Amino acid sequence: MVAKVITVTSGKGGVGKTTATANLAAALAAEGYKVVCIDADIGLRNLDVVLGLENRIVYDIVDAIEGRCRLRQAMIRDKRLPELFLIPAAQTRDKSAVTPSDMVRLCDEIRPEFDYILIDSPAGIERGFRNAIAPADIAVVITNPEVSAVRDADRIIGLIEAEEKGPARLIINRIRPDLVRRGEMLNTDDVLELLAIELIGIVPDDENVVTSTNQGSPVALNGKSRAGQAFRNIARRLAGDKVPFMELENHNGLFGRLARLIRPGGA
Amino acid sequence: MNSFLDRILGKDRKSAHQAKERLKLVLIHDRTDLNPGEMDALKDELIAVISRHVAIDPGAVRIEMSQEGREQRLIADIPLKPAVRRRASG
Repeated sequence: MVAKVITVTSGKGGVGKTTATANLAAALAAEGYKVVCIDADIGLRNLDVVLGLENRIVYDIVDAIEGRCRLRQAMIRDKRLPELFLIPAAQTRDKSAVTPSDMVRLCDEIRPEFDYILIDSPAGIERGFRNAIAPADIAVVITNPEVSAVRDADRIIGLIEAEEKGPARLIINRIRPDLVRRGEMLNTDDVLELLAIELIGIVPDDENVVTSTNQGSPVALNGKSRAGQAFRNIARRLAGDKVPFMELENHNGLFGRLARLIRPGGA
Repeated sequence: MNSFLDRILGKDRKSAHQAKERLKLVLIHDRTDLNPGEMDALKDELIAVISRHVAIDPGAVRIEMSQEGREQRLIADIPLKPAVRRRASG
């Protein structure tokens, strides 16, 4: 086993990096892969609460890097998915406590034991991003279909190319099909034309993400959620499966059919 | 055809269309580190240099940025004035 390192990044904050990391890790673990996710957002840790593992932290990544514990001791095993582990960020330190070469060394140490290592990058383009991208085999950029998120995604894609970690793959998160249909939200083709990178997933806006996060249980484990299905599809694509992209438009119903008649070029 | 339909149906006034058009321009400047003012200065200098060697009509010159994948390229379309007229005026 030699793990692939997948870094999830975005530039802009609040577009869903942590949610995506938690869900891709959970979905891969549910498929039977051995997965560890690393929270690289030192000082603003959140992957632990999204995964519902916040009460089980004893050691964190900085403890492991500075030798206060062995790396194994900083890994928390998920109770729902025994193949899923988390290395939490330190909360009382800042990004300067970790260097890009620390991250490379740390990942190299655990690569033989896992199938996938997922790294949740902090927002921004500074040290935290460079720490997160340094060990990456695959860079996944997540964005929302809105101007500020797309602009920042473009910037981060450029930086990923400059670090020779490209080509990045794109997840468009929080798509609202109703707005897209009315021409009031950028659609998948618009975003792809602007950013010109390979698409690896589209995730609809879904209130199940909010409730799952409230409960500390990744939405990918919820069989009924559309977002959960989207994350499971992305996980399978990362693992090399060919999975068709989700149909976000609801074509049934009178309204949907009327809308398509009136606006044939729409959505 | 699509853009014709879009225009008839008023789709080009929708906010998604505006978002896309605005982003196109912003991304060109972000990627090339050239703001609109610098771009104008570049055009003026290019026209000046080329005019020193051949006769051109500055009004017909078109210099613009185009996107090809993630690559930006500067496209210059510079029609030359016919040589006959140059001889006549010289």
